[in-house]
Amino acid sequence: MEFALIAVPLFVAAVAASIPSNRTRPWLLPLAAVAHLSLTALLLMHPEMTAGSPWLKLDPLGRIILPMISVLFLLCSFYAVGVLHYRDTQLNRVFCVCLTGFLSVMSLVVLSQHLGLMWVAIETTTLVTAPLVYFNRTPQSIEATWKYLLIGSVGIALALLGTFFLAYSSLHQGIEPTLAIDDLLLNAPRLSKSWLHAAFVLLLVGYGTKMGLAPMHTWKPDAYGEAPGVVGAIFSGGVTSCAFLALLRVYHICEAAGEGAYISRLLLLMGFLSMTVAGLFMVGQRDFKRMLAYSSVEHMGILAIGLGIGGPALFGTLLHVVTNGLTKGVLFLSAGNIHRAYASKSIDQVHGAMRRLPFSGALFLAGFLAITGSPPFGPFISEFSILNGAFDAGRFATGGFFLLLLLVVFIGMGSTVLQVVQGRASTAVNFTPYREDILTTMPVVLLMACVLVLGLYIPSPLIAALNDAVHFLKGRP
Amino acid sequence: MDNYLNGILVIVLVLNLLSLGTSRINTIIKAVSAQGALLGIIPFVVHQHLTLPAVLVAVMAIALKGIVIPLIMVHALREAQIKREIEPMIGLLPSIILGAVATAFSLLFASQLPLASQHVGKLLVPTSIATVFTGFIILITRYKALTQVVGYLVLENGIYIFGMLLIESMPLIVELGALLDLFVGIFVICIITNHINQAFSSMDTRRLVTLKE
Repeated sequence: MEFALIAVPLFVAAVAASIPSNRTRPWLLPLAAVAHLSLTALLLMHPEMTAGSPWLKLDPLGRIILPMISVLFLLCSFYAVGVLHYRDTQLNRVFCVCLTGFLSVMSLVVLSQHLGLMWVAIETTTLVTAPLVYFNRTPQSIEATWKYLLIGSVGIALALLGTFFLAYSSLHQGIEPTLAIDDLLLNAPRLSKSWLHAAFVLLLVGYGTKMGLAPMHTWKPDAYGEAPGVVGAIFSGGVTSCAFLALLRVYHICEAAGEGAYISRLLLLMGFLSMTVAGLFMVGQRDFKRMLAYSSVEHMGILAIGLGIGGPALFGTLLHVVTNGLTKGVLFLSAGNIHRAYASKSIDQVHGAMRRLPFSGALFLAGFLAITGSPPFGPFISEFSILNGAFDAGRFATGGFFLLLLLVVFIGMGSTVLQVVQGRASTAVNFTPYREDILTTMPVVLLMACVLVLGLYIPSPLIAALNDAVHFLKGRP
Repeated sequence: MDNYLNGILVIVLVLNLLSLGTSRINTIIKAVSAQGALLGIIPFVVHQHLTLPAVLVAVMAIALKGIVIPLIMVHALREAQIKREIEPMIGLLPSIILGAVATAFSLLFASQLPLASQHVGKLLVPTSIATVFTGFIILITRYKALTQVVGYLVLENGIYIFGMLLIESMPLIVELGALLDLFVGIFVICIITNHINQAFSSMDTRRLVTLKE
């Protein structure tokens, strides 16, 4: 089963590479996505269908992230078909191959139970996504791709060094070194503390680069700004969640080793730094896609803070991975539509999106309200739950500062978003012939519906899975 | 055996300084490929009971780092028709001095680290740290896209040296995956450098400044 989750998208990618028709090829994306989602659902409902491989296993953390990625990818894939039909003069072979390949690699990240294998998979996500950032072939997109590749590769190289340090921390204590997560958890209390600390710092910097935590976030505004909207959606919901999952695994090991207090300080520091940087750059941001990138930096900061608080905030943190991923989908996809209609992503040119694109404009606005934590949407519940966790843990200063930063972000992001959706388009703007159609709006509506549902009522299987994962993070096998 | 190992590692350290001290990109590429190939020999020196897969991985590492990647880079260099790193952010002499200071620091620092008994007296850890530092110095102070790629390679070499401490127990598949990723990574990066060259008529990364706040 686990192998199929990785192999099926890979197979579709191979088919996509060999299909000559530029017009039918994009339909392979939804095909891969439907197959992937069905396999995921099957594996979730019948856990006994596992292949039993020690290296590939769907653990309680994966049970939360894999379905989210699968749903997000499914909706994005239909949207991608609409976008690629709209621009059918441009060859989309590389795009389709990389996007389906990307789904396969993301599944590998989620399923791998071996830190080395997981590292290889995360590094591969950098490589398969680089051509996606470069899709528009403008000098700006080359620049963005270059920064993404170089910063991403250096970050991930540091994560490899951290992984080696982690292995050495057991070798130093005379334990047979291993990178299998289960064995590391078992041996955790005996690991060499100083090597473990060093390993955590390197892994936090390495995977934090991939997540986009400040100050290693500098590739993010460029890459998200220049990549097509659908790529941004999968990046900010998929790649960042995968990198966060990697960090969660490392957190779990350190926690089991009894080093919770040490890593908690580092996580809180990085988290607040990210939120602050994001807040500062969001105020007065004139490019609405870059603004979304900073919003992603902010939410990675929220995840780091939630993890840093730990204990009572873990439930909200894990829920936030899901709500943030889906809401980012809404924002990037609707922003992509607006960008397409105006051929500009600067708020100097883009006004009155609500009139020009009734669906996308409204969805962009609703997505903004959701991501900034307004009720009744999903992120409200998860952010509130993290805040509650902070107060429960007696961290009143942390909670208060967190609230203050949320407010700054709300104001900064709000002024940009309102300028985009409200008012009338200035007469100087030349609209492109783009019209909203079912393929480019319906997936966004459905994503928004998911976000709304999560805010009103969290389905009981999800609650059970979240409680399972929290329990898993607190305990040892 | 330790003498051979430390001998190799001293050469690696010298190659670090050489790559910091030359402005000819061709020379830097050669220095780094020599470094990569030398590192590939280490498993044969430190590991007494090499299995066949381990030999294969080591041979692949030598072939990739010593031959394939340098060839790709020299090709990219010829396409771009550049020869020298002109005016790096800090001069060549200060770069060497910085590299030497980093090396000295690494030697001091490594002597403070808690090491397993079988690794005391080997230069693996200080060389690894010094090489990682060298990689960072090149990445930060050089402007040509291709030289930055070399910096990344040096960084990878440093990490590879640390991996040698674990060679007895690391599963080979992970090493293979890492090598493959490195190869594909360099390949992709070289394609991009080519595009940079075409789009900006230069490989100077200082031209990549349109995207900023």
